[in-house]
Amino acid sequence: MAAHTQPGRPNQLFRNLNSKIASIPMMLTAVVIFLGGTIWTVVYSFTNSKLLPRLSFVGLEQYERLWDTPRWIVSIQNLATYGCLSLIFSLTIGFLLAALMDQKIRFENTFRTIFLYPFALSFIVTGLVWQWILNPEFGVQSVVRSLGWTSFTFDPLYNSDIVIYGILIAALWQGTGLVMCLMLAGLRGIDEDIWKAARVDGIPMWKTYLFIIIPMMRPVFVTTLVIIASGIVRIYDLVVAQTSGGPGIASDVPAKYVYDYMFFAQNLGQGFAASTMMLLAVAIIIVPWAYLEFGGRKRG
Amino acid sequence: MNIRAIAALLAATVALPFGAAHATDLEVTHWWTSGGEAAAVAELAKAFNATGNKWVDGAIAGSGGTARPIMISRITGGDPMAATQFNHGRQAEELVQAGLMRDFTDLAKKEGWDKIVRPASLLKSCTFEGKIYCVPLNIHSWQWLWLSNDAFKKAGVAVPKNWDEYVAAAPALEKAGIVPLAVGGQAWQSTGLFSVLTVAIGGKEIYQKVYGDKDAKVAAGPEMAKVFKAADDARKMSKGTNVQDWNQATNMVITGKAGGQIMGDWAQGEFQLAGKKAGVDYTCLPGLGVNEIISTAGDAFYFPVLKDAAKSKAQEALASSLLDAKTQVAFNLKKGSLPVRGDVDLAAANDCMKKGLEILAKGNVVTSTDQLITQDTQKQLEDLMSQFFANTSITAEEAQKRFVAIFSKAG
Repeated sequence: MAAHTQPGRPNQLFRNLNSKIASIPMMLTAVVIFLGGTIWTVVYSFTNSKLLPRLSFVGLEQYERLWDTPRWIVSIQNLATYGCLSLIFSLTIGFLLAALMDQKIRFENTFRTIFLYPFALSFIVTGLVWQWILNPEFGVQSVVRSLGWTSFTFDPLYNSDIVIYGILIAALWQGTGLVMCLMLAGLRGIDEDIWKAARVDGIPMWKTYLFIIIPMMRPVFVTTLVIIASGIVRIYDLVVAQTSGGPGIASDVPAKYVYDYMFFAQNLGQGFAASTMMLLAVAIIIVPWAYLEFGGRKRG
Repeated sequence: MNIRAIAALLAATVALPFGAAHATDLEVTHWWTSGGEAAAVAELAKAFNATGNKWVDGAIAGSGGTARPIMISRITGGDPMAATQFNHGRQAEELVQAGLMRDFTDLAKKEGWDKIVRPASLLKSCTFEGKIYCVPLNIHSWQWLWLSNDAFKKAGVAVPKNWDEYVAAAPALEKAGIVPLAVGGQAWQSTGLFSVLTVAIGGKEIYQKVYGDKDAKVAAGPEMAKVFKAADDARKMSKGTNVQDWNQATNMVITGKAGGQIMGDWAQGEFQLAGKKAGVDYTCLPGLGVNEIISTAGDAFYFPVLKDAAKSKAQEALASSLLDAKTQVAFNLKKGSLPVRGDVDLAAANDCMKKGLEILAKGNVVTSTDQLITQDTQKQLEDLMSQFFANTSITAEEAQKRFVAIFSKAG
């Protein structure tokens, strides 16, 4: 601190030199691997690379073919359905569970563990478990039938129209525990006095939650939203384990399309074009949000 | 003490490579994992081990679709195996062009491969710019209909002799609680089935024009419309299969839960393993009993370029042991496929294999789809066919339109 009394400010570049040097590897990783890899992918998406990357440009041909492919359209629709519903349900169910847990119930630790436990399983295991549960031969359907309802039908994984909901169920089972924990932490962060004040004013409990607590939990909601959203875009392993995209192509998702065309079809260009579209979709969601979240605050 | 232990360890690691120097380990990757296939691979390993080297088995489960990306990424990623299976055709085309595969022209000349391998198209698809890059191992054909005699007995109808009779018998099978046609959920199965229908219903010429010349006009024509109509029948007959793997579907035929299956002759290995007899327990109809034509698909071994001299030498030993007459017989009998050598004696072959050999000898063959279309086109067809078979709301006409679109852009 004494050094600062010297005339002339030290160069900004050399402030905290140690920590800057320490972060060079991470910066390099970010720039070379993430940014470099992204740019490389985008550039090669304009080529007709097959099994091996080749720089022979074909313009927008890969993109034209991509948007002409029924399978890609199906996978986009699936992602939209799955994304919206998974966002709504995991936030609602997660918050409800957390609110219930917050009522000073007994055995809270036990319940918390039970709800969080599925999150410890990988998507592959979750997918296999739910594939068995939803299998008409020995899952829910056969159990209900053996109880007497012989015409009961519940086979979401074998029905093209509703297969994506079968995947949604498994994803919610796996993911809501984490959302609940995050929400619970948020709820615990609310000052007791606010509850007391609300009670003094005679505000019913549901109104307190809806109009006072939830707006106060904004940062927690934003964090949760980012975690859920990133999980939605990269969904792949759950689908592979549960249906491998079937029946037919009814439960396909963009990440699976990318993988299949890059490695099975030996058509890197097409895979790159599809992954660039995924990046674009993420950017369209993230950029305005980041602008509002960070850009806005600096001004205010 | 510690230092001594470390020294001993170091000495051990140095000593190991010396000990193994004379018997070279070669890792061989393939996707033969079903019961009949594994038994056949064991024959290859036995033959290669007899040359004084050691076969290190690198089986990758989950059929070719899963295995090929793993193999390719190992080769392009700089960690090549010593030898690997691919199907005859264009699957390894780019790897060869990129110079990642070993050239076997000299060995082929010395052993006269061009004289013993038949049909010649097999060696041709190994050849790139006049050099030979792979060893054909066997001939598999897709064009077989396997029927369970038990299932038809139970349904009270005669075992059909061709596709039309089979379609006509379907309602009776359904009534008896039997799935008429087992089609596994994996996309390549319905796609293969479709190509079989093209050869059987459409005929050799139509097949060659569509798959070979990528003639969009023929693909849109009335002959192909008939094929799509037949595929629509097959789709209705396959309802209720609910299995994924081809051998599970074959198993449904073996146990009489399904009336039949359209599958390549590799299914034969499963029947054999289950102790079933051709003609008694099951019936095979090449070309669906309509057009007795088979395709000459199958497997070939490719050898990535290796730096290790000893291993490169062992690669040559493996290559010639694969084409050895004895290996060809032992392997193909277990696998249910036909040998690539015309000069070997297959007296032990069963009825179905003999039918196949006869057709082959007559020259009633077509080039396989793997040799005609790229993996890219194959994948697009798979997307179309798997959707068509899973979703009955797509009509045959719609499917044909998309089929035409794929071929009008195929390379």
